[in-house]
Amino acid sequence: MRHDHLITSKQLSRGNIENILDHAAEIDDDPSTVAGRHAETLLGLLFFEPSTRTKMSFETAMKRLGGDVVDMGPVDSSSVKKGETLADTVRVIEGYADALVVRHPKQGAATMASEFVDVPLLNAGDGAGHHPTQTMLDLYTIRENAGLDDLTIGIMGDLKYGRTVHSLAYALTNFDTRQHFISPESLQLPREVVYDLHQQQDGAGIREHDSLEAILPSLDVLYVTRIQRERFPDENEYQKIAGEYQIDADTLEAASDDLTVMHPLPRVDEIAPEIDETDHAAYFEQAHNGVPVRMALLDLLLSDDKGIWGDSDE
Amino acid sequence: MSDEHDHHDGDADHELRVSKIRDGTVIDHVRGGQALNVLAILGIDGTNGEEVSVGMNVPSDRFARKDIVKVEGRELSQDEVDVLSLIAPDATINIVRDYDVVEKHRVERPDVVEGVLSCPNAGCITTGDEPVTSRFSVLEDGVRCSYCETIVREEIASLIDT
Ligand SMILES: [Zn+2]
Repeated sequence: MRHDHLITSKQLSRGNIENILDHAAEIDDDPSTVAGRHAETLLGLLFFEPSTRTKMSFETAMKRLGGDVVDMGPVDSSSVKKGETLADTVRVIEGYADALVVRHPKQGAATMASEFVDVPLLNAGDGAGHHPTQTMLDLYTIRENAGLDDLTIGIMGDLKYGRTVHSLAYALTNFDTRQHFISPESLQLPREVVYDLHQQQDGAGIREHDSLEAILPSLDVLYVTRIQRERFPDENEYQKIAGEYQIDADTLEAASDDLTVMHPLPRVDEIAPEIDETDHAAYFEQAHNGVPVRMALLDLLLSDDKGIWGDSDE
Repeated sequence: MSDEHDHHDGDADHELRVSKIRDGTVIDHVRGGQALNVLAILGIDGTNGEEVSVGMNVPSDRFARKDIVKVEGRELSQDEVDVLSLIAPDATINIVRDYDVVEKHRVERPDVVEGVLSCPNAGCITTGDEPVTSRFSVLEDGVRCSYCETIVREEIASLIDT
């Protein structure tokens, strides 16, 4: 059975993930192999929440495959403000486009939207929920830099609201990984996510910490996310906490020489610019990987003979 | 089995404190204090003239205290019984016709409940104006929103969409 939507990384088996990453690597090596493959294809971009980067990366990916995009425009001028439901919007745009990309501030939005359409739908972020295409480019970057097996990864910052973190953590349970979650107590992983991770991996390899110090030397990858000021009612409280989850060259003295530092971007001050020039920094490479990875996803999703989930039912 | 409703648990005396019904449903072995939530799930608030008797915190052999709900003139559907299991997992349902128990069911936990509970997560797509029916999968020890994946383990009764 083909499932033509990508809503959460939980849908993906190890085989699915490797299939996507291998295809992304082929495209990365030689983009001409897929150039023009999806001429005539229109991708509908429905961003109910601003995200220039993710949107541009999808747009670039579709155009490099020979297709084009239709875009509902910036959120404040769109029908959202006029009170149209997401369900109605996707049913309308489905009539124009061959596939849809949805970003929406509410959790579960992509799941619901997918129930109203017959064209493939990709979740590009639903509130604090999921962001599976980001996860694919994260995994691609991790595989290139550190490999996906026998991996020790630290994931640090706002783990509570960070959908990229949740998606990544789920996907990593398919591999031989030890995951360390580092955050202030108030921004720990939601209990739902911990519950799922324990279900998927019997709790083995999942640890939570409030400080990076003790585990930093053992890490192959450190994935940093931003702690948002607006999560804290008190500015002082924010300043106190944020400082403990920022890294600079001094912090990394204790790290392995091979440590790969990642960040979904945009960053504010959680990674000092002095790290950019070191071999640790992989976050710009990570951002660039968005295009070949999204090209691979779109190509698999839009090709009748392929399909991301073609081999997932064994 | 015709006299069973007088003898289960051996607490028939206590049960008699609540009037016998002629035709309808007796929901027995509801956990103490949950009777009003059972009525809420069934959408029974008395405004339609239903004859309802409630016994709360009556002594029981099986639990220290239990509640009993008797509804005259109404036989519960399987769907209603399934949903009851969320707050009254040990309940027994007796369908009474002409003062005799003609059917007796234990509640069974369904895999999914639709349109019964509302999601407590304000950030969930089901809490807006979308044309979507709430859906929760039933876990061993709670329920989980099929859209935002929020898990609720306690106070499930407070989510009942009345
Ligand atoms: Zn929900």
